[in-house]
Amino acid sequence: MANGDTPVIHSLQELADQFNKLIPHETLPAASGTTEPAPTSPVQMEDYAAKGYHLNVCVQPDQVVGAAEILDSHGFALDAVTGMDWIAANEMEVVYDYFHPMNSWRVVIRTRVPRGKPEVPTISKVYPGADWHERETHEFFGIVFLGHPNLTPLLLPEDADYHPLRKDFVA
Amino acid sequence: MSAPEIISTSDTPRETFVLNVGPQHPATHGVLRLKLTMEGEYVVRAEPICGYIHRMHEKMGENRTWAQFLPNTGRIDYLSAMTYNHAYVAAVERAAKIEVPLRAEYIRVITSELNRISSHLVWFGAFLLDLGGFTPLLYAFDDREQILDILEAVSGSRLTYCYYRFGGVCNDVDADFVRGCRNFVARMRPRLKMYKTLVTDNIILRKRLEGIGFINSEMCRKYGATGPVIRGAGVAYDVRKIEPYSIYRDFDFDIPTFPDGDCMARYLVRMEEMAQSLRIIEQAIGRFPDGPTLTHGVPRMLKPPAGDYCFAVEAARGRLLVRIVSDHREIPYRVRLRTPCFSNLSLFEEASAGMILPDALAELGSLDLVIPDIDR
Repeated sequence: MANGDTPVIHSLQELADQFNKLIPHETLPAASGTTEPAPTSPVQMEDYAAKGYHLNVCVQPDQVVGAAEILDSHGFALDAVTGMDWIAANEMEVVYDYFHPMNSWRVVIRTRVPRGKPEVPTISKVYPGADWHERETHEFFGIVFLGHPNLTPLLLPEDADYHPLRKDFVA
Repeated sequence: MSAPEIISTSDTPRETFVLNVGPQHPATHGVLRLKLTMEGEYVVRAEPICGYIHRMHEKMGENRTWAQFLPNTGRIDYLSAMTYNHAYVAAVERAAKIEVPLRAEYIRVITSELNRISSHLVWFGAFLLDLGGFTPLLYAFDDREQILDILEAVSGSRLTYCYYRFGGVCNDVDADFVRGCRNFVARMRPRLKMYKTLVTDNIILRKRLEGIGFINSEMCRKYGATGPVIRGAGVAYDVRKIEPYSIYRDFDFDIPTFPDGDCMARYLVRMEEMAQSLRIIEQAIGRFPDGPTLTHGVPRMLKPPAGDYCFAVEAARGRLLVRIVSDHREIPYRVRLRTPCFSNLSLFEEASAGMILPDALAELGSLDLVIPDIDR
């Protein structure tokens, strides 16, 4: 299913190398806010049996579209987009899950944005399926997806002005 | 929206109108609403409007213990609750490194596959009901009843199961269960043959479903559609084979695919899948091991090590991914449910454009939607 003009990758290492080219090496991912140790490299191979995915990539907010394009060119499918509220670190995390319909590869792309100004570009132009996932993430976390065609509530009432999955939300 | 509004403006030469379907409509199977922009009988734009049965399961996951979230998992896709149980317990087992005894894995596979058949039977009946055939529903529910009796005896519920536990299942099965499964497999094979002769090979059904509602593999990939939708587009994607979990590796079964991508292809995938699930159940019953069904020493108040963990299973409607984030406390930091119906419905707007209304509703039925699974 991969596009004909892009070189076919044979291993996850080749994919990891492409991400290494995308991300400048001085950008190191932040600690997660839990007691888990911070990753030592933005592109990290993971133990599938322990984590449930193979490749974990931390990118800058403006690189999520570039990362989506790399995965799209290799025939990956969009699994989900979601958020995470790291209130102790005063940050929001956006998590993009991808799976490959032909191989067992699972890739996670993450990015961190400040809690006061949570903005990332939309990937719905690369993956139209991200449209709904981003609307859901927007209503639940208040994360703004710049360039999204229709950032209205999907599951919450149309007049909802609260973001229930924020950790400081009180019902 | 009450009355359809006419949106005919001077810059649109064609006259269109808005037709509201649902949220209370037999063709939308629950509380899904469709806002259709129509040009005569043709759908110009179909916008699904969701959220009528939104319950915020993900927030509920953040205010109760790991074990207390178990009953929620049976209430998301209520037609295949066992697979949802499986994804959640397996994610927590992965995080807390809990081993599952072999007998419990067998029980999980058998009950999940029984549940898959019962789920497909509901779809089979309801889909044909959408298309105007009433009788198959009665036959399908008769078969489904046999499965519900077997599962009720072991789990205590007929629909919203909460049977799996961290490290196994809560009750061991007895000889009646094994006998019941054997009888069911023996009963169901001729029934599937009968469905093929009476329904699948019926010229009326063929003419109704063939060549409408095309969804190709590229659209599935872009929207993340999985399950019978992607297999009906010719891609042999099944989590049980591609990311084998539990003990599915040990069984001999095929992934049915049909390349046409139309409503009939998705119909045929599900019918064939029931036969494949029967094969798995038969093999599992044939070499059902003895032993414990629950690992001892799993603490009641679980505190998985900090980090995030994913687990994907093949639910009846496609890929279900559970992502849990732990900060080493008794309460999850985050429970994320990536449900198959959400992604499968999201492509409907693109897939249904240009179809006539009855065909668009047939396509909606062929997606096999469970609305609480979309709304969560």
